Amino acid sequence: MDMQETESVAVRFENVKFKYDQNSRYALNNVSFSVKEGEFVALIGHNGSGKSTTARLINGLLEATSGKITVFGKDVSDKKNLFEVRKSAGIVFQNPDNQMVSSIVEDDVAFGPENIGVPREEIGERIEWALSVVGMTAYRNSSPARLSGGQKQRIAIAGVLAIKPKILILDESTAMLDPKGRKEIMDVVLRLNKEEKMTVIMITHFMEEALLADRTVVLNRGKIVLEGEPQDIFKNSELLETYNLSLPGIGYICKQLQKNGMAIRDCLYPEELAEEIASLLQEES
Amino acid sequence: MDIIAKNITHTYNEGSPFSSAALKGVDLTIREGEFFGIIGHTGSGKSTFVQHLNALIRVYTAEKKYNPKKDKNTEKPVLQIGEFDLTDKKCDFNALRAKVGMVFQYPEYQLFAETVFEDVVFGLRNFAKEKPTKEAEEAAVQQAIEIVGLDYADVKDKSPFDLSGGQKRRVAIAGVIVTHPEILVLDEPAAGLDPIGKREIMELLHKLHRDWCRTIIVVSHDMDEISENCSRVAVFSEGKVFKCCTPQELFRHSEELEALGLDIPLTAKVQRALAERGVEIETDFTRDDFIAKVSALFRKKTDKGDDGSCGKM
Ligand SMILES: Nc1ncnc2c1ncn2[C@@H]1O[C@H](COP(=O)(O)OP(=O)(O)OP(=O)(O)O)[C@@H](O)[C@H]1O
Ligand SMILES: Nc1ncnc2c1ncn2[C@@H]1O[C@H](COP(=O)(O)OP(=O)(O)OP(=O)(O)O)[C@@H](O)[C@H]1O
Ligand SMILES: [Mg+2]
Ligand SMILES: [Mg+2]
Repeated sequence: MDMQETESVAVRFENVKFKYDQNSRYALNNVSFSVKEGEFVALIGHNGSGKSTTARLINGLLEATSGKITVFGKDVSDKKNLFEVRKSAGIVFQNPDNQMVSSIVEDDVAFGPENIGVPREEIGERIEWALSVVGMTAYRNSSPARLSGGQKQRIAIAGVLAIKPKILILDESTAMLDPKGRKEIMDVVLRLNKEEKMTVIMITHFMEEALLADRTVVLNRGKIVLEGEPQDIFKNSELLETYNLSLPGIGYICKQLQKNGMAIRDCLYPEELAEEIASLLQEES
Repeated sequence: MDIIAKNITHTYNEGSPFSSAALKGVDLTIREGEFFGIIGHTGSGKSTFVQHLNALIRVYTAEKKYNPKKDKNTEKPVLQIGEFDLTDKKCDFNALRAKVGMVFQYPEYQLFAETVFEDVVFGLRNFAKEKPTKEAEEAAVQQAIEIVGLDYADVKDKSPFDLSGGQKRRVAIAGVIVTHPEILVLDEPAAGLDPIGKREIMELLHKLHRDWCRTIIVVSHDMDEISENCSRVAVFSEGKVFKCCTPQELFRHSEELEALGLDIPLTAKVQRALAERGVEIETDFTRDDFIAKVSALFRKKTDKGDDGSCGKM
C-alpha cells in the first residue's frame, strides 16, 4: 500500500472479525471494505446485521477480535491513535438519549469540541453554527430531557457536527425525525459532503435515503453481501428480500406495473415513474 | 372502548422559565375498532397526547389550572376511555393501564430486566388479577415473543441490552401485548426496523387488531405507512388537531400537508406528477390500488388499440 493511497482512504477494514463475547457468534465475520475520503457511503442491512457494530469499531469504541481497521491510515487498535481517530470520525448514534451528557442543550453541543481541545473562543461559534444548521437555535438554553424525540435527535447531530469531523457516521440518526426534518438534515449532510469534502457513512433503513449515496454496502449476518452504486444494488428485489431489505417504494410500484405488462423502464424516483407511465399511456399506437 | 378527548391542554414545567405549552386544546374521538393514525411534525404534541391515554400524564393537572373566569374560550377538559373518566382523581388507573397498552417512542426505556423472558413476563405479573401458573406464564410469554417474530429459544435468556435496535423493539412490543390490552398505542412502532421488519410489524399489528386488541393507535412519520394501514388519521399541529379524516381524504389535499411541513405518500407524489402530465388517477393512495388503477388505464388503452386517449377513470 503506497502512501498516496493511504492518504485518500478514510476508512479501511481488512478481514475484520468481531464478537461481543466468547460464546456468541461473530457480529462481524471477515469484513473488508474501504471508504475513500469525500465519499458518501450508505450502509444498509437487516436488524442485527452488524451496522452499528461496524460504526463502533471505526472509532475504537469496540476493538476488532481479528483483522485490521485504519482511519486515515492510522491503526485504531493502537491506543496512541485513539484521540486522533475520534477527532476525525464522529458518530451520531441510533438513540439520541445515549449521547446526551449535559442538562443544557448548548453544553451538550459543546462537549465534543471541548473534548478534542477546540479553543474556547471557537467553541461558541461552533455551537451557534451547529445549532442553526439543525434548526435548534431557539432551544439553546433548554434541557435535552425536555425535548421531543425529533428535537433530541437534532441536538445529537449538532453535537457531532460541532466537532467538524472529517468522517461523519450517521447511525440511523434521522429515524425519529419528521420527513421535513429528515430532508433538512440530509440536505446539510449532502452539502457538507459536496462542499467540505466531509466523508459520510450513513447507516439507514430508508431505502430512499440510500439512493442519495455514491455507493451502498449491504451487510447480512455480519458479512458484506453486496456493494456498488445504489442504482445497481436496487435492481434485484428478490435478492434484497432475502437480506430483509426491499426496493425503494417507487421501485416496487414500477416492478408491479411491469409485471402487469407495462413496458416501462426501471424507476426509483416519483417524477421518473410518472414520466414513464405518462409517455406510455399517451404514446400514439 | 371509545376514546373521547376534549379541550386537552398540557404545559410542561408550568410556571418555570422553561415552560412550554405542548397541547393547546386537543379534541379527538377515536372509536373502538379503529386502526387509527396520528401524524404531525416534530414537537407537535403527538407523544404528549398519547401519554395521556394511559395516564402517564394526568389530565387533572390541567383541570386544576382550568379557570372559567380567566379564559372564557377554554372549556373543562374531557378524557373518557370506555368507562374510565381520566379527569377523575379517583379513576382506577391501574385497571386502565391493563386495558390501554403503550409502546413508547423509545421502547428501550421499557426494557430493564436481566433477560428477555423476565422483561416480557413483568407486564403479565404486574397486571394479572391472580398469579398465573408457571406454565401459563411461560406459554403467554412464548406466544408474545413468537408473535413479534423472535425465536423464543434463542432470545428468552438473553439480556435485552445485548440485542440490536430492532430486536429490542420487538421485545418491547411483546412486553406490552402479553396482557392483551383492549387499546394498543404505539409511538412510531416501525422506526428503526429494517424494511421487511417494518412490513412484518405492520402485519403483526393487523393480526393483533383482529385477535388481541380491538383498537390500535399508531403515531408515525411515515405517510406510506399511514396510507397503507390506517382507517382514520389525525394531523397534529402546534398542540392541536388540525384535521381528522380518512387517509384518502387527507392525501387528496396534499398541499395542506405540505404547508404544514409534512410529507405525502409516494403514490400521491406519482399521482400528482401524472396529473401535471395530463393523466388523472383516482386512487385511495394504497400501493395496490394505485397499481391496479394505472394498470386498468393501460389495459383500456391497449384494448382500444389506436384510440390513445386516457381520460379520468
Ligand atoms: N452490546 C452487545 N452485546 C452483545 N451482543 C450485541 C451487542 N450489541 C449488538 N449485539 C449483537 O451483535 C449483532 C449485530 O448487532 P448490531 O447492533 O451491529 O446490528 P445493526 O445492524 O446495527 O442492527 P439494527 O438495524 O437493529 O440497529 C446482533 O446479533 C446483536 O444481537
Ligand atoms: N418532558 C418534557 N419537558 C418539557 N417539555 C417537553 C417534554 N417533552 C416534550 N416537551 C415539549 O413539548 C412539545 C411537544 O412534544 P412531544 O414530545 O409531544 O412532540 P411529538 O409530536 O411527539 O414530536 P416528535 O415527532 O419529535 O416525537 C415540544 O415542543 C417539546 O419540546
Ligand atoms: Mg444499529
Ligand atoms: Mg414523539
